[in-house]
Amino acid sequence: MTEMNYAEALVDGLYISMDSDPRVSLIGRYVLGLSPLRFLMERVRDAFEDRILDPPVSEAGIASLGVGAAMAGARPFVDIATASFVFEAWPQVVNEAANAYHMSGGQFTVPVVFHMLHGLRGGGSAQHSHSPQAMLWNCPGLEIVLPSSPRDVKGLIRTAVKSNNPTIFIDHSKLFTLKGDVPEGDYEIPFGQAEIKREGGDVTVVATSLLVQKALEAANALSKEGIEVEVVDPRTIVPLDKEAILRSVAKTGRLVVVDECNLSCGVASEIAAIVAEHAFGSLKAPILRVARPDVPVPFSAPLEEYITPTTEKITAAVRRGLG
Amino acid sequence: MKEELNRDKALSIFERMLVMRRFEEMVVRLFEEKHFYSHYHLYIGQEATGGAVIEVLGRDDLTLTTHRNHGHVVGRGADLGKALAEIMGRADGFCGGRGGTLHLTDRSSGFLSTSAVVGNCIGLATGAAYALKQAGKGNVSVAFFGDAALEEGVAFESMNIAALWSLPILYICENNSPGAGGWGSFTSSVIAAKKLTDIPESLGIMSHQVDGTDAKAVYGAVEEAMARLREGEGPVFIEAITVRWPGSVPLWPELIPGATDMTMAWDETRITGEHAGWIRNHDPVLRFARDLIADTVLTQAEVLAIDKRVNERLETARSFAIASPLPKPESAIEGVFA
Repeated sequence: MTEMNYAEALVDGLYISMDSDPRVSLIGRYVLGLSPLRFLMERVRDAFEDRILDPPVSEAGIASLGVGAAMAGARPFVDIATASFVFEAWPQVVNEAANAYHMSGGQFTVPVVFHMLHGLRGGGSAQHSHSPQAMLWNCPGLEIVLPSSPRDVKGLIRTAVKSNNPTIFIDHSKLFTLKGDVPEGDYEIPFGQAEIKREGGDVTVVATSLLVQKALEAANALSKEGIEVEVVDPRTIVPLDKEAILRSVAKTGRLVVVDECNLSCGVASEIAAIVAEHAFGSLKAPILRVARPDVPVPFSAPLEEYITPTTEKITAAVRRGLG
Repeated sequence: MKEELNRDKALSIFERMLVMRRFEEMVVRLFEEKHFYSHYHLYIGQEATGGAVIEVLGRDDLTLTTHRNHGHVVGRGADLGKALAEIMGRADGFCGGRGGTLHLTDRSSGFLSTSAVVGNCIGLATGAAYALKQAGKGNVSVAFFGDAALEEGVAFESMNIAALWSLPILYICENNSPGAGGWGSFTSSVIAAKKLTDIPESLGIMSHQVDGTDAKAVYGAVEEAMARLREGEGPVFIEAITVRWPGSVPLWPELIPGATDMTMAWDETRITGEHAGWIRNHDPVLRFARDLIADTVLTQAEVLAIDKRVNERLETARSFAIASPLPKPESAIEGVFA
């Protein structure tokens, strides 16, 4: 184990992916966004210069290139950068990548990864702050990965690059400086395998991405009051480890789902529906969702803060769930 | 049809340019004082383009801009205090603090939605041109965008439509790539066409290249374009080429090489340091001041007097913006539907 931050672990996973498979290309300029940490990528750029393309501002172009190249035998890792820009590539991602395997009767696979940075990042305003994972979840055929820790991001990126399906790999730039223990060398974390990030018997909190860390903060605060929260991190929402979520709810009888998507039709909504459908008998209280209100993201700091799912809002929801 | 740039218009353009310059310098100051915290983009180095284009516009012509919008908005006469307040996310900003620097807009000054998605304003402005054509009053829509916008598919699709349907739209492509940095900074556009104007020309759109730091040259090109546009003869594309201001080379703007010293327009000895070349050869504000003095439109003293007046307006705007309250947090969920 080595301690490193999330951004270093991401770069490490990408480096190993490119080093171990010459079919892997990186199409995209930064991967780590515009943060000062983007220079961590120099290591990858120096080693694999001939397989790195700095594209024009042409999301539709690079996404279709990625899909076409994947169908023809390459394994492109396409960096969409800010997740809001995936809308510029929407036809290629949701109508080409997601459908090709199925509508060809399985004649070929589409092993492309679309990487993007989602979420509220401070002043991103309406057009740079989307969390499109729920919209993408509504498009069968896409695997969707939402890492929450340095160890997970490295292991999941390995699985994403090796997957034969189109994979949406969604990071949150506010996780980049998070430190944690990361295994050295190559390892994979399988898709569809949730991790119980913290055990507890009173309330289940299901969260993804940055909000796993917020849920853990809330759980630690509540523990001091004698409330034990179980934090379940699905790590991938497609495929989704429903059993792990249902097992935890069977134990606690209470569920709070935390999500950075908008409230309506969000990731939290789907998880709540699954639990209501399959574990109604275990529930001692209504399921609660902590998500963004249904409003475009406002610029001004106090407005953005008001709509942000925070540790305090998770704490309050857990208390409310306990009655 | 082409009109000469007369004294009044030259003075008006100069003042617009100076307002843009001092406004942006104030934005940097407010950022450094932590009055706002988001990523932002400055118009410094491109003032001659915006100033001259806007001078030609009539009240009912429409403008659409991009993430690099501050210069266009304040250059067209939008209230400086409300513009600063918006950039700072204050309640008295043009968008009530909801838009910020990326989406700054003022409908009363002739702007529609400011998209910060590269290339999108080209499509939106083409739509505005369609509405103006329908209204039949001879008004024109203007899209301001950078050279990288031509890397997006929407640029091609929209220009093709505008050409097919003879829409009254003026595409102002502000090519600020010369002088850009490499990987790790804001890079230049990457377009395979030898000349950017080859792209619209392939669609039959009348296209011109012009020195974007030369207010007179831009004015001349736009005057000519406007006559054609108002006659309903279809779109025009102007590529205005500027050399990137050194402060916009890093990912976060920096006030290098310092706030503008207007005396540099006539006192070469004051131009020193690493960025002397840009200041001497590529600063459009100093260049126009120099030209106006040479043409005896202005004296050195008058240049300094105009600058003083602009700076005073900006101090007033700054006080207004700082005094403006932040919006009430619970109002975050308002304003979704009309």
